[in-house]
Amino acid sequence: MIYMDNAATSWPKPESVRQAMDDFMRNVGGNPGRSGHQLSIEAGRLIYEVREALAWLFGIDDPLRIIFTSNATEALNLVINGILHPGDHVITSSMEHNSVMRPLRALEEKGVELTIAACSPQGLLEPEEVDKAIRQNTKLIILNHASNVVGTLLPVAEVGELAHRQGVLFCVDAAQTAGAYPIDLEALSVDLLAFSGHKSLYGPQGTGGLCIRKGVESELEPLTRGGTGSYSEYEQQPDFLPDKYESGTANTVGLAGLGAGVRFVLSQGTTCLRAKEEALMRLLIEGLKNIPGVITYGSGDTRKQIAVISFNIRGLGPSEIAMQLEEEYHIMCRAGLHCAPITHKTIVTFPQGTVRLSPGYFTSQQDVEATVEAIWKIAKDVSKTEFPVADFKSSVSLSVGTNEDKRYANGKGD
Amino acid sequence: MPHSVVLFYSASGALRAEKLLKGEGIGVKLIPIPRHLGSDCGICLRFDDSEETRVRKALEEGGVEIMRICEI
Ligand SMILES: Cc1ncc(COP(=O)(O)O)c(C=O)c1O
Repeated sequence: MIYMDNAATSWPKPESVRQAMDDFMRNVGGNPGRSGHQLSIEAGRLIYEVREALAWLFGIDDPLRIIFTSNATEALNLVINGILHPGDHVITSSMEHNSVMRPLRALEEKGVELTIAACSPQGLLEPEEVDKAIRQNTKLIILNHASNVVGTLLPVAEVGELAHRQGVLFCVDAAQTAGAYPIDLEALSVDLLAFSGHKSLYGPQGTGGLCIRKGVESELEPLTRGGTGSYSEYEQQPDFLPDKYESGTANTVGLAGLGAGVRFVLSQGTTCLRAKEEALMRLLIEGLKNIPGVITYGSGDTRKQIAVISFNIRGLGPSEIAMQLEEEYHIMCRAGLHCAPITHKTIVTFPQGTVRLSPGYFTSQQDVEATVEAIWKIAKDVSKTEFPVADFKSSVSLSVGTNEDKRYANGKGD
Repeated sequence: MPHSVVLFYSASGALRAEKLLKGEGIGVKLIPIPRHLGSDCGICLRFDDSEETRVRKALEEGGVEIMRICEI
């Protein structure tokens, strides 16, 4: 079986992630921050250490500025609903996921003004498009860091700078990039960074969070209120971090796994993880581009994207392709609109969608080669006339650039 | 040796302080907040009175917000 759906959730997870969760369930198990006994303190310490590992990864000096949510979607809803009020203006891009578009569309109904900065059909955004949309009442700019459909990176450094010059809050949806692509919040002008724990941070499903720049919490209302274990004599929500945004019992077992996942990422190094994925992507993009009848989407340049690519085969629907890949070749991938209809409108694949392939840390070079070969066979079957060469090996030459890349692509990088 | 405790706004704050102070080589222990110091069910950080100056300095330099320090 070949798993090519890491953009939905990474799988498998490192062994240390499973062990950390098992250890929590067997040996810790208390409710963090609620009681003074050892099991509660241990649970609290465990969560604190996850914040600490993430703070290290993202370049944040105070770990308490990271709050946990059940996924990136919840963090994005918190930002959008906690900052915007009727009469405010918000800018986003035409490459967003529905976890941004749907909450924005709902607020639009209530009187929030929305501008969608247009991206090119390759999925690229000119910072200029955002700059010229800024108005006097612009409160927030919210951008995808990398598309979950075509993997293209948006210019968050440039947009952050122009947002701050104009006094506008800037939120980045790093669901696809956290762990997979270097993010340094000390260097970037980002006020709010939403992340998924279960994708490239290798944690379990049901984990995610939000990094909040110092001072921004005064403009951000919580989404939920309730027990925090602190300030229990008051019937009002505390206003300090992380408690302001973390009511109710945490997903501590999930966070135990996330902590191990983040430590795995730190031990590998984001730069090495990225180099490995880039090598796999070069192989994949090059392979797909050589197949007659296959259309690929996105920038086509591995330096401008993460390990996600979309394609179609002329004469077949995306779900038929995905079904054949699974039934005949045991390759798991995702077909359709990937919860991002506006992205598909931008890359001109709406409403049929695309087939998406997303390799991950545990994908080998052989997996990528087998995937390209399977797609070659499927494409050959639909369009016999376009295939002058009957044999895959002589028709598609797969090569990984340098020896360095080969080392990573073979999964032998450090 | 008489002890004092640092009270924090949140348990996360107490945990952050514990790490920081242990890193400075100051002997501290997380304990339940003594009943007479608060109605809350949380935790606080106990230390030897003689360390008070170092504790205050380290927490201030580390940017950890505290509620107050009390003798116990
Ligand atoms: C770009 C983007 N934003 C947001 C999300 C939502 O993430 P989650 O499933 O953690 O809520 C995803 C993943 O599906 C995504 O790819």
